[in-house]
Amino acid sequence: MTAAAGGKPAEPHGLDVSLRGRRGEFSVEAAFTMPRRGVTALFGPSGSGKTSILRAIAGLTRLEGRVLAGGDVWQDGARFLPTHRRALGYVFQEASLFEHLSVAGNLVYGARRSPGGIDQELLLEVIELLALGPLQGRAVADLSGGERQRVAIGRAILTHPRLMLMDEPLSGLDRRAKDEILPFLERLAGSFALPILYVSHDIGEIERLADDIVLVEQGRVTASGPLNQALTDIGLGFVRHPHAAAVLPARVTGFDEADGLAELDLCGQTVFVDGSGPGEIGLERRLRIEASDVSLAREPLTHSTILNTLSVEIVAIEPAGRANLAVLLALDGPGRLTFMAKVTRRSAARLELAPGDRLFAQIKSVSLATSPTPGRQIASST
Amino acid sequence: MRLDTADILSALVLTLELAGVTTLVLLVLGTPLAWWLSRSRSLVSDIVGTLVALPLVLPPTVLGFYLLIALGPDGLGGLAGVRSLAFSFAGLVAGSVVYSLPFVVQPIRGAFEAMGRRPLEVAATLRASPLDRFFTVAIPLARPGFLTGAVLGFAHTVGEFGVVLMIGGNIPGKTRVLSIAMFDYVEQLRYREAHLVAGAMLVFSFLVILAMSRIGRRIGEVRP
Repeated sequence: MTAAAGGKPAEPHGLDVSLRGRRGEFSVEAAFTMPRRGVTALFGPSGSGKTSILRAIAGLTRLEGRVLAGGDVWQDGARFLPTHRRALGYVFQEASLFEHLSVAGNLVYGARRSPGGIDQELLLEVIELLALGPLQGRAVADLSGGERQRVAIGRAILTHPRLMLMDEPLSGLDRRAKDEILPFLERLAGSFALPILYVSHDIGEIERLADDIVLVEQGRVTASGPLNQALTDIGLGFVRHPHAAAVLPARVTGFDEADGLAELDLCGQTVFVDGSGPGEIGLERRLRIEASDVSLAREPLTHSTILNTLSVEIVAIEPAGRANLAVLLALDGPGRLTFMAKVTRRSAARLELAPGDRLFAQIKSVSLATSPTPGRQIASST
Repeated sequence: MRLDTADILSALVLTLELAGVTTLVLLVLGTPLAWWLSRSRSLVSDIVGTLVALPLVLPPTVLGFYLLIALGPDGLGGLAGVRSLAFSFAGLVAGSVVYSLPFVVQPIRGAFEAMGRRPLEVAATLRASPLDRFFTVAIPLARPGFLTGAVLGFAHTVGEFGVVLMIGGNIPGKTRVLSIAMFDYVEQLRYREAHLVAGAMLVFSFLVILAMSRIGRRIGEVRP
């Protein structure tokens, strides 16, 4: 986990923000950078100031400080570009389509006003990706919440933004509509090589979508860095969550038709998951491993129904509630990816677990964190 | 006694002309005014908002009296180089604009307020400049307000009497509108003409109010 303002040098960041000021009740102090590609989650509890930060980045509200997007100065001590001169796409929490325009009219409203104009090729691509074809002839008022949000996302992409800002685009939708949109969002970052700053208070969404995470508490950015580093960082509190989980990159290596199991390579170790639609061989997928599904043993268990056993080393042990401990584990192999096991204090005492111990982690259930069909092309294509 | 249709017709044409011109002037002046009133929260805008609403409660004769002074040789009439703008069509339009102002400004202002800031913010994130946003988002979304304002402004101008009497007098073809003609007919006991005008006005007013409630329902459909 890097400090809030830390980051790598070299090419300009996707976004470099340093903002401070008062918004209503609390003061905002946000300094972070995000990479040029992938989804960065702006995460924090409701009312922590995530939306205020996002609005200030867009120039919709004014905070002191600087905003640099991919090298463009949007705001610094001397300059303040108004929102309409910033090359951004913004998806609001509630789908905000223009009621007086058709679906097609909404789609091209921004494209018409952006320097590139209406790019027919991009338009077709967006219509295809977001499955907007059947919606075009319909009135905006007749669209469902999920359909509206898809149009709003397409409308934003068509303005050729350098940065996409999304303010809890799924929070106003029911379960079904969320499931309908999430795959589109997963495809977005990869297909358009567009950095996305995604505001959410739903860790489930973030586990599926985000590559990096920026944590916000009471108007302050408290930490930022790659997603799994944050999820397994003892200092950050995710590890003590009842559904604490790690999200790890794995590569599809095979598929067993007879058993319906997909085989994935996780840092040189093999993992089997329910094989319905893992994607093509070689495709990179993210695995979600929940701490409560992981148990630890000194010896590999052979007479067990558990399929997945990984060899690991204990990195740290942290209290997680009265009876439980969170055990932070590093996978053997390159990268030393980390995940967690939730074990009782009693078991930990019986096995005399201590940092540095080499163990076998048995995983009752591993799931693919992203929906199967589209896959994460961002990982496979770069 | 013969029915004097020419007299009625001339009053009708003048009335429609007056209401039409007044409504146009009101839409042009009232739109920026309504926009400003809907956005600003300053004391000045509250005071202006109150002034705009004054004709709702002021007796038309009081308003007419002040207009008579304002349009006279010491006021606008003097500036325009004529003795007085009163007792002319231009004077009538000026009076009607002031008198009907709240009926046009309030619905438009209400529509601007009801849409909130969000559609304009959305337009800003889609590269639309402030003026662009106003014409391509604010005005189309406020369409029901404009319809209501236009209909009310037109109808209210058709129905005015006191102000016209004070500043317009009763000059046939120039300032003699239907409501004044109606008053004349009754005074002269020409009940056939009076009935014709009164009946037509009744139907017109009924249609206006019906139209208003239809527009109101359409707004309700857009914003449930």
